Formats: sequence, C-alpha cells, structure tokens
Amino acid sequence: MTRFLRALPLLALPALAGCDWVVMNPAGDVARQQANLILWSTFLMLLIIVPVMVLTVLFAWRYRATNRDAEYKPDWDHSTGLELVIWSAPLLIIIALGALTWVATHTLDPYRPLSRLAAGKPVPAGQRPLEVQVVSLDWKWLFIYPEQGIATVNELVVPVDRQVRFRLTSSSVMNTFYVPAMAGMIYTMPGMETKLHAVLNRPGRFEGASANYSGAGFSDMRFPTLAMDSTGFDRWVAAVKGGGQRLDTRAYLTLERPSEKVPTLRFAAIEPRLFERAVQMCVRPGQACMGDTMGHGTHPPVNNRPAQPGRPEGALQKEPGEKGSSPHMSAPHGQPAGNASPEDDGSNRNMTRLDPHALPGRPVSGLS
Amino acid sequence: MSDTLLKTIFGRLTLESFPIHEPILIATFAMVALGGVALVGALTYFKLWGWLWRDWFTSVDHKKIGIMYMVLGLVMLLRGFADAIMMRLQQAMAFGGNEGYLNAHHYDQIFTAHGVIMIFFVAMPFVTGLMNYVVPLQIGARDVSFPFLNNFSFWMTTAGAVIVMASLFVGEFARTGWLAMAPLSGLDYSPDVGVDYYIWALQVAGVGTLLSGVNLIATIVKMRAPGMTLMKMPIFTWSALTTNVLIVAAFPILTAVLAMLSLDRYVGTNFFTNTLGGNPMMYVNMIWIWGHPEVYILILPAFGVFSEVTSTFTGKRLFGYTSMVYALLVITILAYLVWLHHFFTMGSGASVNSFFGITTMIISIPTGAKIFNWLFTMYKGRIRFELPMMWTIAFMLTFVIGGMTGVLLAVPPADFVLHNSLFLVAHFHNVIIGGVLFGMFAGINYWWPKAFGYTLDKRWGTISFWCWVVGFWVAFTPLYILGLMGVTRRLRHFEDPSLQIWFVIAGIGVAIIAMGILALLIQLYVSVRDRERLRDVTGDPWGGRTLEWATSSPPPEYNFAFTPVVHDLDAWYDMKSREAERPVGGFRDIHMPKNTAAGVVLAGLSAVTALAMIWYMWWLAILAFAGIVGFAIWHSFDYDGDYHIPAEEVARVEDARTHSLASTKPAEA
Amino acid sequence: MATTAAGTEAPAFYDLDPHEHPAGGSTMLGFWLYLMSDCLIFAMLFAAWGVYGSAYAGGPTPKELFDLKLVAVNTAMLLFSSLTYGLAMIASDEDRRGATLGWLAATAVFGAAFLGIELYEFSHLLHEGAGPQRSAFLSSFFTLVGTHGLHVTFGLVWLAVLMVQVARGGLIPANVRRLQCLSLFWHFLDVIWIGVFTFVYLLGVLR
Repeated sequence: MTRFLRALPLLALPALAGCDWVVMNPAGDVARQQANLILWSTFLMLLIIVPVMVLTVLFAWRYRATNRDAEYKPDWDHSTGLELVIWSAPLLIIIALGALTWVATHTLDPYRPLSRLAAGKPVPAGQRPLEVQVVSLDWKWLFIYPEQGIATVNELVVPVDRQVRFRLTSSSVMNTFYVPAMAGMIYTMPGMETKLHAVLNRPGRFEGASANYSGAGFSDMRFPTLAMDSTGFDRWVAAVKGGGQRLDTRAYLTLERPSEKVPTLRFAAIEPRLFERAVQMCVRPGQACMGDTMGHGTHPPVNNRPAQPGRPEGALQKEPGEKGSSPHMSAPHGQPAGNASPEDDGSNRNMTRLDPHALPGRPVSGLS
Repeated sequence: MSDTLLKTIFGRLTLESFPIHEPILIATFAMVALGGVALVGALTYFKLWGWLWRDWFTSVDHKKIGIMYMVLGLVMLLRGFADAIMMRLQQAMAFGGNEGYLNAHHYDQIFTAHGVIMIFFVAMPFVTGLMNYVVPLQIGARDVSFPFLNNFSFWMTTAGAVIVMASLFVGEFARTGWLAMAPLSGLDYSPDVGVDYYIWALQVAGVGTLLSGVNLIATIVKMRAPGMTLMKMPIFTWSALTTNVLIVAAFPILTAVLAMLSLDRYVGTNFFTNTLGGNPMMYVNMIWIWGHPEVYILILPAFGVFSEVTSTFTGKRLFGYTSMVYALLVITILAYLVWLHHFFTMGSGASVNSFFGITTMIISIPTGAKIFNWLFTMYKGRIRFELPMMWTIAFMLTFVIGGMTGVLLAVPPADFVLHNSLFLVAHFHNVIIGGVLFGMFAGINYWWPKAFGYTLDKRWGTISFWCWVVGFWVAFTPLYILGLMGVTRRLRHFEDPSLQIWFVIAGIGVAIIAMGILALLIQLYVSVRDRERLRDVTGDPWGGRTLEWATSSPPPEYNFAFTPVVHDLDAWYDMKSREAERPVGGFRDIHMPKNTAAGVVLAGLSAVTALAMIWYMWWLAILAFAGIVGFAIWHSFDYDGDYHIPAEEVARVEDARTHSLASTKPAEA
Repeated sequence: MATTAAGTEAPAFYDLDPHEHPAGGSTMLGFWLYLMSDCLIFAMLFAAWGVYGSAYAGGPTPKELFDLKLVAVNTAMLLFSSLTYGLAMIASDEDRRGATLGWLAATAVFGAAFLGIELYEFSHLLHEGAGPQRSAFLSSFFTLVGTHGLHVTFGLVWLAVLMVQVARGGLIPANVRRLQCLSLFWHFLDVIWIGVFTFVYLLGVLR
C-alpha cells in the first residue's frame, strides 16, 4: 500500500510529460517536490470532489420532475447523520492536507538551505552553495556571482547538482524571480532582500522570467537559465572573465535606467559590495545607506533612508507650471532612457526602447 | 504667464489629453457619442425625461434602485468584456516577431481596467442590486431603513463608474494591475493621471458601497416582519446580512489604504515609497486585508441565490438550513484570517505561510458543507429544470473545480510555482464566473418575473446558458494548462511558439462567451417584446417559498398592504399550504418616503470633485466640495421627507390585484 | 385577529392592525454601524502608526517634537467638550431648549479650542521642517492626528448646523435624534483621541 502511494505521483507523470508542462515535470529537486505536492493535494481533494460531481449529476437526473417513479419528500430537510458526514468528510481531508501543508511549507521554505540535491541524494559534506545575487532592474535581470567575480544581465548559468543560494532585491519596483523548471518564485523588493535555495539536477536550457507585473517592459523580462556540469560551468566563467568589461558603480547606474528587450550582457569583473548597496538603495555616490541613518530606532525599519535627489513633490505642493500634462498616448512617450545622461535617473518608465550601445557590458549574440 | 493661468485653471488637462490621434478610440467615442445622442434624442422625442427623472433617478424605492444597479452592472459588463476580448486577441497574436496590435501602454491599461470594472462595477452592482431588490421583500418590509441613503449609494457607485469610463476618453487609466500595487502606483513610477483615476473612482464608489452595506444591515436587523426570528430568515437574506457585515468591516480598510496612497501622491508623504521610511509591502498587506473579504462579499450573495433557487425548483425545504447559516457565519469570520495567502512568495517565513495556508483551507469546510446541502436538497426532490436551476447545477459542477484549485493555491509550496501564473488567473475566473456570475444569472432569471411581471424567454436563455458554460471551459481550461507550463499573467508578448495554440483556444472560448452575452441581450429583448406571452399574473410563477412571492408582480410601491406575519422558515409556502387568505379590505394610509434629487446632486458633485482632483484643478475641487457640504446642510433643513399613500389608493391597487388573481383561478384549477 | 384564516386554529398571516413605526427607528443602529466602519479607518491608521512610528529616516523623533504639556491641555479641551455635550443631552432630555443650546455652544468653544491648539502644533512642526513629507513616522503622525482633526472639524460644522436647527425647530423628535447621533460621534472622537494620546504621544515619547 505505501509503495503504491509513493508511486502514485509517478503514475501521473507520463501523462503530463507528453506535453511540456514544465511545472509538473521540472529539472530541479525543489520544483519536483512542489509538483509532487500539487499532485498529492489534488488527489486528496478529488476524493471529495469526484463524488460530489457524480452525485450532482446523478441526483439531477434521478429526481427530475418528469420522473414520477422517484421518491418525493418535500419536507425532508434534516438528518443529523448526514450533517455529521458533510461536515466531517471535508474536515478530515483538510486535516490531512493541513498536515501535509505544514510539513511541506517548512521543508520547502525558500530561506532554508537544501537538505538534499535530489531524492536519495543528500548534499555532499563540504559542498558550499553557489551564491548568486539577483537584482531586478527596470526591465532586465542582473546576476552577480561574487565568488567568481563576474556578472551577467539576462543570463543565469548554474552548475548541475550544486546548491545555489540566491539573494535577491530590486532596484525600483517589485518583481518576482521565477524559473519554473528549478524552484518556486520569490518576490524581489526594493530596499529588501529575499532568499531562495534551489538546485538544478539536469543540464539544459530553461526559461526564467519575472512573474510580477512591473511596468511597460515587463513582458520581456526573460532570461535563459542554463544548467551545466561543473567543467562546463568553469569554462563559462572563464569565458566571461575574458570579456574585459567591469561592472562598477557607473555601469550599474547606466544599467539601472529603464530599457527593455535587453540582450544578454556579460561583465568580466565586478565592484565589491555592489549588491549590498543595491539592497540599501545607495549605489549612487553620495547617497547614504540605510545602515547609516538607522540611529534612532530600536528596530531597523526597511527603507529608512533619505530621499533620492529629484524625487517628485506631492501634487498639492506643485506650482501651476510644475503640474505637467497627462497626454493621452497611443505610443510610448518621453526621451528614450538609453540616451539620457547619467544624472537623469531615467524615471521615465513609459519609454521602452532599446539602445544596446548605451548599455555597458559585453553583448552576447547567440547563447553558448 | 498665460501658461501659468491655463495650468491654474485646467491643471494638467491639455488638448493632448484627448485621444485625437487614436483611431480606435475616436471610433469608440464616436459610437458612444452617437449612441448617446440617439438615446437622448429618443428620450426627448418620446418625452421620457420627466418619467426617468421622477420615476427612476430620484426614486427612493428599493425595487427601482435595485433594478438601476442591475442595469449599471450589465452596461459595465459589456465594457469589461470588451477589455477581455482585446486581451485575448493580443495574447493569441503576439508571438515571436509579431508584437500584436496593442503596445504596452494600452495593454497595461486594459488589463487593469478589466479587473477594476469587473469587480467594482459589474459584480458589485449585480450583488448590491439583487440584495436591494429582494431583501426588503423577503423580510416583509416596505422599504429599506434609509431609503434616501439607498438612492445616494446607487448614484455614488454610478459616479465611480462614470469616472472610470471618463478615463477612456480623457487622459488614461492606471497601468498598474487592478490592485495598483505600490511602489509602482506611487508618484515616482506612475506620475500620470491613470492611478488618480483609479483612486478616485474607487473612493467615490466605495462610499456608495459602504453606505449601502450599513443600510441593508439596519434593514435586516430592524425591519423584519413580525414572527421572523433570525433563524426563520430566508437564507438569501442571511447571505445578504453576512455580506453586508463584510462590506462594513472591509471597505473602510480600502478607503484608508487608498487615502494613504493618495496622500503619497498629493501631499508627498512616505507611506508606500521606497524612501524616507516608506514601506510598499504595507500596501500589499493592507489592500489584501480588504481584498480577501471582498471575494466573499461577491460570492456569499450568490450562495444565497443558489439556496433559494435549489429549494424552490426542487419543491423541497432547504436541507440543513441551520448548518447553512453557521457555514455563512464561519466563512464571514474566516474571511479576515486568510489575506496573506495572496503573497506567500513575499518570503514571510514557513510558519506564517502555513498558518494562512491552513486557515484558507478551513474555509473550504463550510463551503463544502454548503455544496452538500444543495446536493441533499436535490435528493428526493422534484427538480424542474428552469433557467435558474440550470445555472445552479452548472455552478455546482464548475465551482467545485474552482474551489479545488483554490485550496491547491492555498498550499504555500504549491503556490510558489502557481502564484501569478495563468493557473491563478484561471482559478479566480473559475470561482468568479462559475460562482458569482452564474449566481447572478440564476438570480436574474429567478426574480425577473417578480420585478416585471413576466418571465424571461427560455429558449434564448438556454442558448445563453450553454454558450456561457461551454465558453467558460473552453476559455479557461487552456489557462490552467498554461499555468502548469509555467506561463505567468499580464504578459503582452511571448517567445515560445508552442504556447500559441492554447491562447488561440482560449480566444475561441471568449468568442463563445461573447455569443452567450449576445444571446443574453437577445433574451432580454425577446422577453420584453413577447411580454404578453410570458405574462405571469399570479406573482408566484415558480411556486416560490419566501415572502417576495406573496406580492403581485411587479410589487406595488409599498410592497405589502398589510405586513405579513411569519410562522415558518418558508413563510409563503406555509401561507399557501395553510390557505392563508389575502386581506381584501380595511386598508389604511401607508407612510412612505418621498423621492428626492439630493442623491443625484451629491453624487454628481462628488464626481466633479474627483475629476478636478485627478486633473489638479484645485479651484474646481474646492468649489465642488464646498458645494457638497453646502448642499448637504441645505438638505438637512428639509424635514419633510415623507408622505402617506391614501387608503383609497391602496384599496384601488389591491382590488386590481384581487381582480387579476380571480381571473387566473380557473386556470389554476 | 385571525379573521382571514380559514381554519379555527390557523394563526394570523397578516398584521391587520398595524401601529405606525416611529420614524427613524433604525437611525441609531445605522449610525452605530457607520461609526464602527469609521473606527476601522482609524484602526488602519493606528496600524500604520504601529509600523511607521519609528521610521524616522534620520529625521526628528517624537522626543524632539512632541510637547506633552500642550497635548495634555488639548486633551483636556476635548474631554471638557464631551462633558458639556453630555450636559447638553441631559438638558435636551428635560426639554430645555435654551440650556441645550448653551451647552452645545460650550461644546463648540471647547472643540474649537482643541482644533486651534492642534493647528498651532501642526504649524509649529511644519515650521521646524518636520512636515509629513519628512519621514514615514511624520507621515503617519500627521495622517492619524489630522484625520481625527478633520473629524472634529466636521463635527463642529454639524454642531453649528444642529444649533440653528434646534433654535428654529425646537427639540422635536427629528432634532433629538440628530443630537443623539452627534453625541455618539462626539464621544467616539473622544475615545479615538484617548488612543491617539496614549499610543502616539505618550508611547511615542517613551519610545
């Protein structure tokens, strides 16, 4: 019996694997466990859903008004036994599902380091997780590899069967980091850091994207995710290192400005502690980090930092001349941010034009 | 200087704010304008203005206000559905090199408007309209507690709808998604008028919703017929009571959070900004503390409709009335303990996520019990498959799937892969269309004869029914599948060509639903045209069980010449089976509220204030707001808000009813 | 009674001898419900204060800004106004129009004094550069206290209108009902202010 139960999710797999249902047939162990949880929960609920649907059709047919053979009891409206059943049956299922949920939520907590790389395959002793720092920018993804000293835009490469610890934040608005084949999603939020632990178990090219609407260029916030064996990964790192471009403050500030459909960009070197400053939203020189301004509070509230220069005033404080206009637009308007001066922080988020020459980093055509 | 003057007068409204170079919108506007001119012309030609104004717009009769709410919901359904078609078309086209026909600027407004309109200006008016129409009749009352407030609430809701519609032609609507999540909706990232339109439309309509909630609670608590104890209250009235408790306890939260967002935008405070201590995640939390109860505000009245319909069309007492009532109460309370399940992926920690996941699942227990109760009401009944019953059975089969995927999404690790995906989109359409909208259609078909004196055409109703049910499944099954393929929501453009087929199928589904809406409109037209054929003079065409069926159809202005006395849960069924006789004499004067134009005026001034705030015309906002205060004060000096219908008039109306009832007697025998 | 029933034991199904319901029977309940919804708005503002209360963003803190003595005087003004409103209600119960109007006027004076002190405090803060834009702490402070102040302002306008109405129409049932509603509203604002005084000012300074 237990073996059957354990095999149950597997039975459903062939049916699903036929299509490219990546959520149900992922390449990473975390997503695999999440998919199994979906199957288990669905199975538990079908225990009650199927009888209800069958009974609905059955009763509707059997007790149709034209069927005079069926019994008719117009005043029958109570049965303690039945009431007990209809409250306790869902209750029992929810108890089972609730227990499952409690356990699974804790084991699959994205903040918790992995305990295994795959079923029956514990994390090797001494294997350090690969750290990848993720910053969602307007409308592209920046990946920083502090250990390797490299960075990429819109390209995530990880070694197979090695735990990856993602530290994530956002430069402006909320986004969601989501690689369906690898693990569940997690928000990236300005001024805050989230974490995600994941692993990919087989080499290949997978899709990653932002799953939380963030403005005009949101649709194209995609990034290919490549899983390679460790030698392939090392070769890739070496290739990136050979590129020459360095991700420094100035390059980051240029990147940060809105642009869309950004191709893969690579940086051979990085300025240290860039991610930490991105989290505290103080990359721009002269901006105080949150840590510097938290003197008063007993606990550190998020975003407790001074305003950026050029921050818009509330509408009621504007002079008539500053009110601006709100044109009805059929096309993007404003200056393309790619050409703006670095001082202009590119808050024009209506514009969605790509000017690759204005972006730092080494563009890559055709993916390795 | 003159520019300063212009800006002072018109704020940020310029000629550019009108879509003069936008062919689609020009055409739309031309059509709306032409239609409007034709309507105004027809109304003038047939001299209907006075009738509309006296008998409808200024009416404080809960029945007329209820009908006006339904009309508003239906009109806005067409607008919201047009948005849906445009989205489906875009997503079915935009693959690879094809960018589709909508740029981000338009597409983002469309999905925002679709959500806002469908929830606030379609589902809410439908729900409020049904409750308004039915509840006073079901509890044997002559009107609601505060008839003037009821009229005012309706016009505030309408003013909100007008503000949203104005954004189509002047300026733009929000490009933020239907909940306008901060910091995207803040001044830094959305400086244009769109978010202001959003805020003010919801604030104005929210006042209406809140007051109508207060009104209906007071009505249900205070104005029940003698003998109608709480546990003898019709189940729809129970669902209305719990719904309005939810409204009164949830909408102030929306008001507060939107007020804070507007302070951020107008005064430059730092609630939801990225700087100076602001915390955008507070917005996410607070808006969902309102947002989740809102879901139950929509679905509970639908549950009430299904309960009434099942009991009537099976010719049986409702199975498990007591447990139905307790289920409603449990759902009402739990509605406030689950909001965090909308953002498990924020990283709140495993224990917090599990808590909210499990409380969410617990809601499925009373909901499941309700489904079983409907099921056992059908058991050993005599089920007549009239349109309301068909919608109910379609609901039961559709909603359980939506409920199942909902519980699935409540499992945090599962939500981590399904959140913000098309699976989620399919889920909430599954419960909102399959639950709320099917419920509203059941309710409309069920109570239409009460409101107008003739039933709705069954043939076109059946066509509409099948188009909706089939169209729904064709449109949303592909979205479930796409969600499992890792496709997320609100995307305007796709790369992977293998996905396209699913979007095309979904588009076909929407086309089928469009035929369902068309059939619905034809059904209404045919029913009005053939009203003599469909006439019902008994006032009780379905063999009803609750008090609304005791009146004539449509009921007289005063509903009941004599207040009924209730002895049983199914009061009217009880009266029929014990052969209670309708009193035919001894009528008295009936005390009724007078019609008033104050609601129209106040709501109109509110809309002007809102539009002035949206466009930064401070002088006009101040003027219009002063107008509201001044008018309200002036109105408060009018103590003469009611009158008496003389007994002779009541006798005349009741005699006519006696007469028409007598004419049907042979047919009944 | 059961004149219409067919059988002897059948009960009455219609109330054939109705007594007219007094007008406004639901008014107090309706107003209570409205107040509870208003209370929820304040609950959200208090919640916001709880979150933002220490988000100074490098700016001034409650200790530097709040003048507790002034706030204590202010609190006294509002409490006195509640007392005089209560006396007005007692006078209206005894059907003494003049006394009612007198106590209402006293309420208005205390209410106006409260508002005046609050406006003075606000202008002082703005003058020191501690406006609502300075930090989330000040945003939530101004919003919470300002919303309460707006309610008091609205209450004063209502009070003035009602005084005119009582003076013109006397203590007729409709006016007494309005007085009762405003009474609820006024005491409600008092209760909210106790919360503001405790959580914002006292605990703010202690923090």
